[in-house]
Amino acid sequence: MLDVLTVVTAVAALLLAAWCGWAAYRDQPTKDWHFIGMAVVTLLALVQLVVGIVQLARGEKPEQGTTIFVAYLLGSFACVPAAGFLSLGERTRWGSVTVAASGVVLAVLEVRLFDIWGG
Amino acid sequence: MAATQERPNRTRLASGPGLLLVWLYGVMVVGAVSRSAYQIATEFDRAPLAYTLSALAGVVYGFITYTLVRGGEKARRAALVCCAAELAGVLTVGTWTLVEPSAFPDATVWSDYGMGYLFIPVLLPLTAVYWLRRSRVQEPAA
Repeated sequence: MLDVLTVVTAVAALLLAAWCGWAAYRDQPTKDWHFIGMAVVTLLALVQLVVGIVQLARGEKPEQGTTIFVAYLLGSFACVPAAGFLSLGERTRWGSVTVAASGVVLAVLEVRLFDIWGG
Repeated sequence: MAATQERPNRTRLASGPGLLLVWLYGVMVVGAVSRSAYQIATEFDRAPLAYTLSALAGVVYGFITYTLVRGGEKARRAALVCCAAELAGVLTVGTWTLVEPSAFPDATVWSDYGMGYLFIPVLLPLTAVYWLRRSRVQEPAA
């Protein structure tokens, strides 16, 4: 369950990165549709956070330690929304670039999460 | 943002490309600080030097993020100095880890020039110095 979710979230994050990168390339700020995209990715990260905690509660142990695992879960949940808020205050292409960067960072976090869980 | 609106004279460093820098520095702050806090708390004796350096890197990143958000000429200069220190740190520690790996039983944020962090630690100060120097050029002489 967690592995599938990790892959889906990583792919969604990269799609978001590409989409916002395209907006930046066309010299556009983030628009409503982009924010819906960010919401979807954030929702996936939230589901992942919940599923991860449930797995821990059921007694499963991540390979590289529980603390690191939870820290990465929280980090991946906060990653995209934080950039989204920043882009609200920056109505230029650079807001889009920042959200795109957050998508890439999230994808990297997902890869790390996969390792930490022991995939 | 509110602080910069009160004083429109202050150079905004966190706008345009600066916003991306703030974001990436923010990520590095979280990464370096949480990593070193965890490692110092749980296994400090294993690699004291590496974990102390990671903590130091976290502090430097935190300060640079703060100066970027604050803006203004003084902050710009302070950020420039810190970015130079950061670059020197990455290059020194990066070379150190390659020349004498035995000094580092575990990795730091700056090991191998920040390879574990997609080389962001070495690219970030270069970009930041470029951006900070350009911000001065745009500003009319005060």
